Amino acid sequence: MKLIIAIVKPEKLTDVKQALVKANVGKMTVSSVIGCGAQGGYTESYRGAFTEVNLLDKVRFEIAVNDEFVKPTIDAIIKGARTGKIGDGKIFVVPLEECIMVRTGETGPKAVG
Amino acid sequence: MKRFISIIIMMVCLFYSATTVAVAAETTAAQAAPALSQPATPVHAAAAPSAMAVTKETLDAVKGSLQVGIDTMWVLFTAFLVFFMNLGFAMVESGLCRAKNTVNILAKNFIVFAIASVSFWIIGWGLMFGNGNPFAGLEGLFFASGADNSPAMGDAYKGAYTALNWTGVPMWAKFFFQLVFAGTAATIVSGAVAERIKFHSFIFFSFILVGIMYPITGHWIWGGGFLQSMGMFDFAGSTVVHSVGGWSALAGVLLLGSRYGKYRADGSVNPIIGHSMSMVTLGGLVLWFGWFGFNPGSTMGVGDGSAIAHIAVTTNTAAAMAILSSTAVSWLIQKKPDLSMIINGALAGLVAITAPCAFVSVGSAAVIGLIAGVLVVFAVLMFDKLKIDDPVGALSVHLVNGIFGTLAVGLFAQDKITGTATGNGLLFGGGLKLLAAQAAGVVAVGVFTFIVACAVWYVIKMVMGLRVSPEEEIAGLDLGEHGTKAYPDFQGFLTK
Repeated sequence: MKLIIAIVKPEKLTDVKQALVKANVGKMTVSSVIGCGAQGGYTESYRGAFTEVNLLDKVRFEIAVNDEFVKPTIDAIIKGARTGKIGDGKIFVVPLEECIMVRTGETGPKAVG
Repeated sequence: MKRFISIIIMMVCLFYSATTVAVAAETTAAQAAPALSQPATPVHAAAAPSAMAVTKETLDAVKGSLQVGIDTMWVLFTAFLVFFMNLGFAMVESGLCRAKNTVNILAKNFIVFAIASVSFWIIGWGLMFGNGNPFAGLEGLFFASGADNSPAMGDAYKGAYTALNWTGVPMWAKFFFQLVFAGTAATIVSGAVAERIKFHSFIFFSFILVGIMYPITGHWIWGGGFLQSMGMFDFAGSTVVHSVGGWSALAGVLLLGSRYGKYRADGSVNPIIGHSMSMVTLGGLVLWFGWFGFNPGSTMGVGDGSAIAHIAVTTNTAAAMAILSSTAVSWLIQKKPDLSMIINGALAGLVAITAPCAFVSVGSAAVIGLIAGVLVVFAVLMFDKLKIDDPVGALSVHLVNGIFGTLAVGLFAQDKITGTATGNGLLFGGGLKLLAAQAAGVVAVGVFTFIVACAVWYVIKMVMGLRVSPEEEIAGLDLGEHGTKAYPDFQGFLTK
């Protein structure tokens, strides 16, 4: 079992979701985050003062998958999110120790679904 | 020592302002006396019982000055309500658009009234109401500086703005009232072009709209022009204000193109959801409130109160019925009642009753509202089917119902119902005469406004560009056009 964390551009949210569903990955958690990487920040101006703002709006997916779904999920995310420009995001694959379904109490790969 | 100096400075300022106010009060008092049209004895002289008999003349003089006073208060108060509608538009538009474009939309709505104020003053007022030919005003064109002896009325009026000699208020009251209407037309455009237009392109267009386009068509209908002579009636501006704004918006939207991602490749519509229904609701109610200035205020006089009361009720009834019908239709089509359709329904009803409000009965107003609510829902669906992207429904509300409201006069008018001799509409035995004049007006204003707007937008497109770059559109116009976000840091709005 793995937890896949993907940071993507916010405007790619719909594309990534659709690509995931096509790859039979229908369970995920999405949150709104800010972050930076290689993508340059922007300069914010407010009432005469300027700030170099480097944290940009992004969207974070957290998807728990069984091992056989890791590659399809990654491929789907990349298909949905890639624009070829800096700032497309990153995907982290983190080992998942346990997964419990709240409703039934099932654990393990069955619970991941 | 610092404190001592600042106290001295404050006292000097107070002394200076006190004397200025005193001098100003003297001069205004001196100016107020000649403003009365009749050769009147000053009011205070009548108080001395033995010195002056209470003649009809003195009574007339008192009534005259009171009438001017109360009419001016009415005109200004209703103009302030219409001014307040700018807040309504700002809230409706920004609420129906995404968080990342909020600053831009608010900025457009805020600055558009300033643009309207200046360009209407520079030339708009003169083109619209100056004496001239059936096409445009020619006298007193610039800076509202034509000769004028308002509040003199009728034949006693001598000046450059004869088209408004039927209302007995000072010229600046007339000017200000008409100005806020011009501002309303300009702010209609900002909603339809939202989320992808360059800020300076919009500013430039608004100057031309309020300075030249709006006054010319306004002159045809309210300024003594050819449509007015033909017997076309538009009481508070379904055509003059709303469909002019609508046609300009349509031209802009066609030349701009739809927002990125709005229409999918397979032709289906991708709903781009507004970020704050609270703001839309706030805006909707503010607009409804402001309309009680827009419609009843267009009497530009209190009269005996019956006309303004009648108009207030026709206005409200149309809005209420439109809300009910738009809710019902959207409930049927969308399976659940859509708040944005409910609010668009209210606005549609209000736009539709704007032309007929003083010419129809309350019952007719109810029917007009009912139809308007149905029209607006189908219009929104139609524009999306045609791939004409209107983020806030401005075209469905203002253009479609502006046209409908104007034609409704030709259907539902009842002669002299509040005093104006419009003749009867088609449904009240008047035949097609009135309806034909209304239709002619709709076509004339539509053709002129749409073609000129297309030309102006096209020139703007060539000279300074119309649409922001795709990267800017995705990042949000707040950053691209203004360098500031409306909702910085973690405020819970996804900037998709």
